[in-house]
Amino acid sequence: MLNVKNLTVSYDRIKALHGIDFQINEGEIVCIIGANGAGKSTTLRAISRLVPVGKDTTMTYDGKNLLAYPPDKVVSELGITHVPEGRRLFGNLTVLENLQLATFSVKDKQKIEQDLQKVFSIFSRLEERKHQKAGTLSGGEQQMLAIGRAFMSGRKIMLLDEPSMGLAPLLMIDVFEALREINQQEGTAILLVEQNARLALQFSQRGYVLESGNLVLEGNSDELLKNPEVRKAYLGG
Amino acid sequence: MTFFLQNLVNALQWGSFYALIALGYSMVYGVLMLFNFAHGDIFMVGAYIGFGVATGIAALASLGMIALPGWITLVLTIIISMILTSFVGILVERIGYRPLREAPRASAAITGLMIGIILETGNLALLGARRISFPPMIESVTYNLGGVFVTNKKIMIVAVSISLMIALSQFIKKTKWGMAMRAMAYDYAVIPLMGVPLNTIAALTFALGSALAAAAGILFGVAYPVLDPYMGIVFGWKAFVAAILGGRGSILGATLAGFLLGFIEIFVAMIFPSTLRDLIAYSIILMILVFRPHGFFGEPYSAKLRL
Ligand SMILES: Nc1ncnc2c1ncn2[C@@H]1O[C@H](COP(=O)(O)OP(=O)(O)O)[C@@H](O)[C@H]1O
Ligand SMILES: [Mg+2]
Repeated sequence: MLNVKNLTVSYDRIKALHGIDFQINEGEIVCIIGANGAGKSTTLRAISRLVPVGKDTTMTYDGKNLLAYPPDKVVSELGITHVPEGRRLFGNLTVLENLQLATFSVKDKQKIEQDLQKVFSIFSRLEERKHQKAGTLSGGEQQMLAIGRAFMSGRKIMLLDEPSMGLAPLLMIDVFEALREINQQEGTAILLVEQNARLALQFSQRGYVLESGNLVLEGNSDELLKNPEVRKAYLGG
Repeated sequence: MTFFLQNLVNALQWGSFYALIALGYSMVYGVLMLFNFAHGDIFMVGAYIGFGVATGIAALASLGMIALPGWITLVLTIIISMILTSFVGILVERIGYRPLREAPRASAAITGLMIGIILETGNLALLGARRISFPPMIESVTYNLGGVFVTNKKIMIVAVSISLMIALSQFIKKTKWGMAMRAMAYDYAVIPLMGVPLNTIAALTFALGSALAAAAGILFGVAYPVLDPYMGIVFGWKAFVAAILGGRGSILGATLAGFLLGFIEIFVAMIFPSTLRDLIAYSIILMILVFRPHGFFGEPYSAKLRL
């Protein structure tokens, strides 16, 4: 469904990604694991069209050339949404306004209302706090809202940048269960990038290992979990 | 007491101009992290467009094609000029600022200064160095309210200004466009990830600010019917002061600070010789800023500029 070939990204002439290839199929949960600075966030930024890519890069989604879409259209027309690192909520807006803003380009009022109800049924805490400013939420609630926002704006593929960051283990489980529910009920494909490799591999079906801007390994997640190199480098032996 | 009230009325009128212009400064600063130093000149352009529209309507009337009462001419002039001037603002953003969005802030700031000079001298080239008198449109009527003299023009100016400010604040509070502006002021980089076209919101911000500046220009023309190409400079600077004093991106702050500037200037002039007006007035404002460096309100924002 999403096909990325020879993806290169440079920041001020320093290469962060050296030509990586990967794909995401319909309804799949895929992860990219890697250390801090490996280029995980950059990969997601490239898909969301927030950073320029090299001239030999090709990215297609359902046969469409992703590179022809500006960032807002990647979301509103292709339904590829991005939950950024650190959540990045609009802290001055209420919970409800954060969710509504994500539907800025959605015309169908009825669909907006239905989606809102779905978000509230998945994350009931958000409904209780819907008139509260997003800046006043706890870390877990903020992550739920960040995911809820992506859910509202379109959900063919959800790109998640370190959703486990800063969350207590129990909340982490809540968040990942909610993600699985979205994946199963809506058929949303998920691309998860994580430093927490164990969590990411347990949650996903397939995985890639990113090292200094190169993909060095790929495979089914349960195999990667058993792989000695992966165990040594990412799972603490 | 009547002396005081008389000055209060004048200060309200004077503050209306500052507040209307300050709103445009404040919105652009809030939403785009940008000082649009051409904004004072947009006020000037708005006044001239108003002049053009009013003259045009008068010409049609004299040909007998339309016959409109003065009030209607004025309202039409304000509405049409606000729309036309908002396109000037959109153009300024598109040509002057959008290409420089990733550039150092200093480049964007001098862009504003250059656009300002271009608008001033462009006007000069187009219409020559003569001053232009704004068509009167409405007859001045003076009411004596217990010794305080109030003209219908002053009432109109303050009423129109305050209505526009209320309309703006409702727009920003209640519509999805306003919500997008508030969100963009908080965290610019995430806006496209919400499926919101960032360029459209930037253009909208410029359009709104320019429309309000045009309204200020016309209202100013009604009160002081002489226009010249450099009229926007001092007004622009003072409105900029009001915008910063009000606090980054705060609609209420810019409005109150604009009126405050008007009050301080008028009341200083009431007590001291008018040549000392700005010296004393702006020393006071400097002191306020020293004690409130973030201004009166200031909207919260995320310090992160990139994703
Ligand atoms: N905005 C930026 N400007 C310059 N270099 C950057 C920027 N963002 C990331 N980098 C660099 O690119 C590399 C990959 O970063 P990133 O994609 O954030 O890694 P990860 O998400 O895996 O931690 C790092 O070396 C980082 O320093
Ligand atoms: Mg990262």
